[in-house]
Amino acid sequence: MLDRQAVMQEQDLAPPVALPTLSPAARRRQLKEKAIAALITAVAFTGIAALVLILVFVAKEALTLVTDAAAREEASFSKMFLPQLVRKGKPLAYVWQPVSGVPKVSMIPLFVGTLKTTLVSMVVAVPLGIFGALFAAEFAPRRLREVLKPTIELLAGIPSVVLGFFALMVMATFLQETFGFTSRLNAVVAGLGLALAIVPVIFTVTEDALTAVPRSYREASLALGATPWETAWKVVLPAAAPGILAACVLGFGRAIGETMIVLMASGNAAIVSWNLGDSVRSLSATIAAEMGEVVVGSPHYALLFFIGVELFLFTFVLNLLAGVWTKKVIQRLKGGAG
Amino acid sequence: MKKTLLSSFVAFGLAVLPLTAQAGTVTVKGSDTMVILAQRWAEAFMKKNPATKIQVTGGGSGTGLAALQNGTTDIAMSSREIKEAEEEKLRARYNTPPTAVSVARDGVTFYVNESNKLDALTVEQLKDIYLGDTTSWKAVGGAEAPIVLYSRENSSGTYVFVKDHVLGGEDFAAAAQTLPGTAAVVNAVSKEKNGIGYGGAAYAKGIKELKVKKGNEAFAPSAENVKSGKYPLSRDLFFYLRNKPSGEAKAFIDFALSPEGQAIVTQVGYFPVK
Repeated sequence: MLDRQAVMQEQDLAPPVALPTLSPAARRRQLKEKAIAALITAVAFTGIAALVLILVFVAKEALTLVTDAAAREEASFSKMFLPQLVRKGKPLAYVWQPVSGVPKVSMIPLFVGTLKTTLVSMVVAVPLGIFGALFAAEFAPRRLREVLKPTIELLAGIPSVVLGFFALMVMATFLQETFGFTSRLNAVVAGLGLALAIVPVIFTVTEDALTAVPRSYREASLALGATPWETAWKVVLPAAAPGILAACVLGFGRAIGETMIVLMASGNAAIVSWNLGDSVRSLSATIAAEMGEVVVGSPHYALLFFIGVELFLFTFVLNLLAGVWTKKVIQRLKGGAG
Repeated sequence: MKKTLLSSFVAFGLAVLPLTAQAGTVTVKGSDTMVILAQRWAEAFMKKNPATKIQVTGGGSGTGLAALQNGTTDIAMSSREIKEAEEEKLRARYNTPPTAVSVARDGVTFYVNESNKLDALTVEQLKDIYLGDTTSWKAVGGAEAPIVLYSRENSSGTYVFVKDHVLGGEDFAAAAQTLPGTAAVVNAVSKEKNGIGYGGAAYAKGIKELKVKKGNEAFAPSAENVKSGKYPLSRDLFFYLRNKPSGEAKAFIDFALSPEGQAIVTQVGYFPVK
């Protein structure tokens, strides 16, 4: 009797929805969960911290150009970006000759060189990568696709020094014989070598984006009477646009920063000319070629770090622009649907 | 007690340290062109004389000669002759004229493609070509074709040698393509019909070593011509000392000049003096 009362009282006192009392095992599990979450957050922040620290270090070394009087004199911004008198009796010119009695530090030939190689590689790699992915995702029979995808991805695994060697020894000779370039190593050779490195990047990311487009889109389009080509070109491709843009940005980032291929296959002559058959010197190859023997702390040393900062800024701005554009595209796609 | 122990240690250290530093250590510092050569010599020498330690460091000819003045090195390596100002400082400080020993010779060779008709050029012509003033082979007596210039990266010692001895300190033409290493230049010239490049002595298919004309005679960059100094684009590589070589420094220099030492010179890619 008493027992029963006690039980009833307890039942009365208990809240309407009983809080589950955690068993020790469950509590431990919860604690473990929190620890893992904290660890992952820390790892994520390590990545960000590394990025910030790298930028700070590179910028700090380049800062000599502003703080040091001798460096300011030798490599002022006007000397970097405006034409200078190079030899007596010759017109003003943009010249990169940092090891010289009077160092000439114009960035313009290096910008032109980087732009030319990047342009050639993107013009070749973007259509090749995107159409290749479109074929693999939309048209290729399943068996072929299973061969195609890993093969192209394997291309991404080839070390860039091997691609550079191939461009230097095989492609350069072939292209010179075919097109009659004056200099064997030039922007076209370097750009095509770069394209070999970028195509797999663009292909893989684009292919993933295309496969991620919901099946219902394709089914709806086909049901409305569109041909498979119309479906792929007008429905699937636009729907995957943000992913494809991301692929192109990744490819561009690789092209602008890739060093070994350009160093080996471009000839590294710092010339200002828009002829694609001329030899070029890119920003990244300049750092790689000259960093080895430069006097630490000299204006030349600071200049090479400044080039590093410039490369960082280029990719950063591009990523930013791509982000803005992607947002716009997504908005438009949503607007169209609603 | 503690204090005496410490001071005895210090006294011991003071007494022993200079001894160990002197007994059997020769420091060699200077020209980066000569670092590898001096290191090979040091390795071979130390194998024979384990009691002696040879320390080789680079830094450049100027750095080496400055260290010689400051007394921080026993031997300075230099790929150029000592400047008057440097010699005077040494003389003022140590009261003896510095000794120069030529230990090897270095020469730069210009190559063209083997299909090129030209055999020899003057230093002046080479200068005009590399300054970018002469852009056609026709201007120097060759076929009617553009000249494609190959050069080395500006971190290379050969780059500086050509800049000083051929271009008179002026800048290379912007169109000169810069390649890493003699092998890369040789490879490029062997594939480029209109190419010209420079570097150390090279024996490769597809290229031709240019002779250099001086007056009416043309000199090939052969071992004899470089040794005798007849080949215009050659230079001495020196060891400089504060005074007459003596003791272990002398033993090391004698070794460098011995047939065995001079064989190492050839191995490293320079030319022997003896």
